[in-house]
Amino acid sequence: MSILVVADHDNDTIKASTLVTVAAATAIGGDIEVLVAGENCGAAGEAASKIAGVSKVLVADNAAYAHAIAENIAALVVELGPNYSHILTATTTTGKNFMPRVAALLDVAQISDISAVVSEDTFERPIYAGNAIATVQSSDSIKVLTVRGTAFDPVAADGGSAAIEAVDVVTDTGLTTWDRDEIVKLERPELTAASIIVSGGRGMQNGENFALLESVADKLGAAIGASRAAVDAGFVPNDMQVGQTGKIVAPDLYIAVGISGAIQHLAGMKDSKVIVAINKDEDAPIFQVADYGLVADLFKAVPELDSML
Amino acid sequence: MKVLVTVKRVVDYNVNVRVLSDNTGVDLNNVKMSVNPFDEIAIEEAVRLKEAGTAEEVVVVSIGTSACQEQIRTALALGADRGILVETDEDMQPLAIAKCMKALIEKEQPGLIITGKQAIDDDNSQTGQMIAALAGLSQATFASELVIGDGTATVTREIDGGLETITVKLPAIVTTDLRLNEPRYASLPNIMKAKKKPIDTYTPADLGVEVAPRVKTLKVTPPAERKAGIIVETVEELVDKLKNEAKVIS
Ligand SMILES: Cc1cc2nc3c(=O)[nH]c(=O)nc-3n(C[C@H](O)[C@H](O)[C@H](O)COP(=O)(O)OP(=O)(O)OC[C@H]3O[C@@H](n4cnc5c(N)ncnc54)[C@H](O)[C@@H]3O)c2cc1C
Ligand SMILES: Nc1ncnc2c1ncn2[C@@H]1O[C@H](COP(=O)(O)O)[C@@H](O)[C@H]1O
Repeated sequence: MSILVVADHDNDTIKASTLVTVAAATAIGGDIEVLVAGENCGAAGEAASKIAGVSKVLVADNAAYAHAIAENIAALVVELGPNYSHILTATTTTGKNFMPRVAALLDVAQISDISAVVSEDTFERPIYAGNAIATVQSSDSIKVLTVRGTAFDPVAADGGSAAIEAVDVVTDTGLTTWDRDEIVKLERPELTAASIIVSGGRGMQNGENFALLESVADKLGAAIGASRAAVDAGFVPNDMQVGQTGKIVAPDLYIAVGISGAIQHLAGMKDSKVIVAINKDEDAPIFQVADYGLVADLFKAVPELDSML
Repeated sequence: MKVLVTVKRVVDYNVNVRVLSDNTGVDLNNVKMSVNPFDEIAIEEAVRLKEAGTAEEVVVVSIGTSACQEQIRTALALGADRGILVETDEDMQPLAIAKCMKALIEKEQPGLIITGKQAIDDDNSQTGQMIAALAGLSQATFASELVIGDGTATVTREIDGGLETITVKLPAIVTTDLRLNEPRYASLPNIMKAKKKPIDTYTPADLGVEVAPRVKTLKVTPPAERKAGIIVETVEELVDKLKNEAKVIS
């Protein structure tokens, strides 16, 4: 069996989600190759070659693969696909964008967001916002999978010495042009990589009040998250949303402040090791998943917490 | 321009879904069914394009059992002009849905297809992208803003790091994210009017689509339960617990 992992990277470095995807590939078992497609992505290719357990790295370095345009990346992966029994990538907005195209063009199903490998053709995945776990078996000759970032322990980023091979397949479908992006500058750890997250909800009342959480987060080296209500109300940008339709996180410590605990929010954080809830409503559903609940006004409790850290 | 919108019949987002004790699936008995929330956003966007004079006709498609007519009627009450039901009792997976949609796109020749970014039952987030692939069209997923230009659409997408803006050639598939718009409610007169709007029915076989599922669900189990936590009385107690019991801060 030969497994292709399509790397999540920023041309210079390999993202942690790729190490998680390689871990899932390792659980399936077989020869693991990593594809790095991008523009000026040689450094990311080098980094991929050091990942533990990887036997070969394919580097497709071309302007057509800049900005991970789904149509072009999918065409490339489809070209390489028939050589593999499994094609994996991380469940990120990039992976979710191009991977279903790959599956459809190969005329196979995609199994989204796997949370466990049962055997080479059988996988677990959460459905209904994580209220149920389905065990599913694929009858397709090529298994196309996206991998949940919180579900596998990442493999080591170094220790490997895979051969690097250039791929010269280039498809520019010309269907889509990239205009610009507004990437939020992070002064803190990235949500999906943080070991502590402080999250605010509608209870924060406005964006300025998030400064209360920032101060706590800085002392804890934490990332800041938010509920959908907080994002919709414009308190904070969309990249901070945790939940069924936002980011899935599982830090060592998740502190939910002024968040009620709707199932859609819980779907994104209930696998955290330790959950703290600060909410003035003792009946808020968030308390049902919290290890430590504090029934209090956040505007009193959070400054107090800040002063004790 | 004609706009095709897909609507999936799903368990309402307020329902607390329970796994059946025999682990064959989730309990759908007497459970409220609704239009997938992202598809409501898709309908709203299409209807706004019509109101702005950009679109001439909005056609909604649902694929599944005859009960899906209910969700098609909802879409018609929200302003869609006509409906298409692809009726089947099979478990329709995204690839099969995409094949049906490809056939319908050939029949209907829409200038734009809008789907939800994700169905909240299976949480697949695949179908729009698969439709685009099979129909050979461009795609703009997770849209939070859509501007129709001359033969193109400029779409702002919600991505992990923030926002991205791309321009796609029309016809294209756009999948909706939560902040694209805020869907309206149907008025009573519009609900009455919707009853007279036409719904065409096909079967997958009429469309030449083979629907045999590729993925078999072996079992469905409840997620691991968290053990009950405690209520702390003070911030001081909380800090103490985090330091000395959970040992997650120092
Ligand atoms: C299709 C769909 C997808 C969704 N996806 C997501 C998702 O990915 N992520 C997500 O988060 N939501 C999602 N939602 C929305 C979700 O259903 C809830 O509406 C949302 O999570 C509520 O956010 P909240 O808890 O911040 O707000 P609310 O439910 O309004 O809760 C605010 C809480 O703050 C508390 N509070 C207020 N003032 C104070 C104070 N001074 N001190 C202490 N506590 C206070 C209140 O007691 C209350 O519990 C989705 C919904 C749908 C339909
Ligand atoms: N059975 C269906 N009928 C109509 N539209 C569907 C169906 N299944 C999926 N879709 C569309 O595809 C979107 C994404 O679904 P999914 O890929 O299953 O998460 C949904 O929001 C719908 O717009």
